[in-house]
Amino acid sequence: MHEINYEVPTTVAQAVTMLKRHGEKARPLVGGTDLLIQMRAGVRRPEFIVDLKHIKELRQIKFDAKKGVRLGAAVPCIEVYESEVMRKHYPGLTEAAHLIGSLQIQNRASVGGNLCNGSPAADTTPALIALGAKARIAGGRTAREVPVEDFVTSPGRTVLKPGEILVEFVIPAPKPHSSDAYLRFIPRNEMDIAVVGVGTSITLAGDVVKAARIALGAVGPTPIFAAKASESLIGKTLDNAAIEGAAQLAIEAATPIDDMRGTAEFRRHVTGVLTRRTIQIAAERARNKK
Amino acid sequence: MAQKAKTNGKVNGHHAKKVRVATTINGEAVEFLCEPRQSLLEVLRDVLELTGSKEGCLTGDCGACSVIIDGRTVCSCLMFGAEAEGKKITTVEGLANGAKLHPLQQKFLEDASLQCGICTPGFLISAKALLDRNPNPTEAEIRYALAGNLCRCTGYDKIVHAVLDAAKVMQAGG
Repeated sequence: MHEINYEVPTTVAQAVTMLKRHGEKARPLVGGTDLLIQMRAGVRRPEFIVDLKHIKELRQIKFDAKKGVRLGAAVPCIEVYESEVMRKHYPGLTEAAHLIGSLQIQNRASVGGNLCNGSPAADTTPALIALGAKARIAGGRTAREVPVEDFVTSPGRTVLKPGEILVEFVIPAPKPHSSDAYLRFIPRNEMDIAVVGVGTSITLAGDVVKAARIALGAVGPTPIFAAKASESLIGKTLDNAAIEGAAQLAIEAATPIDDMRGTAEFRRHVTGVLTRRTIQIAAERARNKK
Repeated sequence: MAQKAKTNGKVNGHHAKKVRVATTINGEAVEFLCEPRQSLLEVLRDVLELTGSKEGCLTGDCGACSVIIDGRTVCSCLMFGAEAEGKKITTVEGLANGAKLHPLQQKFLEDASLQCGICTPGFLISAKALLDRNPNPTEAEIRYALAGNLCRCTGYDKIVHAVLDAAKVMQAGG
């Protein structure tokens, strides 16, 4: 690996100062499970590594029943999965966090890093979009919040400018009778990259859908918020026709390619299957929740 | 509380300044100097001569480089040595107590759970981390806990059996 410098800020302000000083030559580090591989392969060649793991704000899960959760960008996936409030209120997101790689990877990799890496196949990103999560970014003239569906701009690229860092996710409070689900298709049981991933959240009022959000991964150059599919469910009872209609609109929102993991045609088909299943799972969870 | 890992040298054309890192490895306080670009695996093997942890894929897929850091397994190839400041690290060298093998090591031998042996240190580390948290795991729990470790010659059944057997021995106080 090429030579680097390693810096350890302990506050957001310090991190921003360091990143601004080094500009394009710097790259933030959290779990490193994508970054070190990319550096060895020469895909990214940062000269300054700024380790954000020692900033308290980035390491906390703060839950408030009214305000929702603030999930620090550097919280490792395993802590998301082990958090009782996360499992209770956001089961789809915690499942996605627990699907990424092995325990060795989950112990290091963060949900924030998963997003900042900018992969269209990131497992936690559709789950975050389904929840309506916003990414809070520091380092600009003013702090800003960006909806997660707008964060990744092309494969490996994000809205972050040099000197900006993702501090935390702001995830809305769980509403009564609401829940979420994430499913991905891979050709084996565990330890693979999504061929298709779908995250869905559903809020029910009796049998009627009050709110819905469906998001797709690995079927386009960036993660996709399937707005029309989501809206199509609102005000309907979740019968087969409503679910099938949403699945068709999700397929239309997908723009997949052929690659070694699957053909575009197969990916469109699986997008429909996983959309149906995640709607059913999220709705079932919402019904069972008080 | 800022960690002292200052490396203010220029990078292009100059050697980046070495970083001093203080850790606890296998129960002993260990300080080392490393280049910021060195992975923890390189530090363990090339600086500290702890060659039990193996280099396999260098991409986090095979688990041969697994070590336990503050109670959690990680791939030491995907972490900079400089990140180990203040951490408690257990490598495979820390399992045996002098000449007395750890029950996991003993059962790997008795159950013939290794052939070429390259994956073995990583499996032992993942299995130890599992038993530290869950002394009486089911077979399914063992298979999940070992999913980040690949073996290409022995196969997984014998490894899983050795972990089940070691758990029994340890439950009985052995």
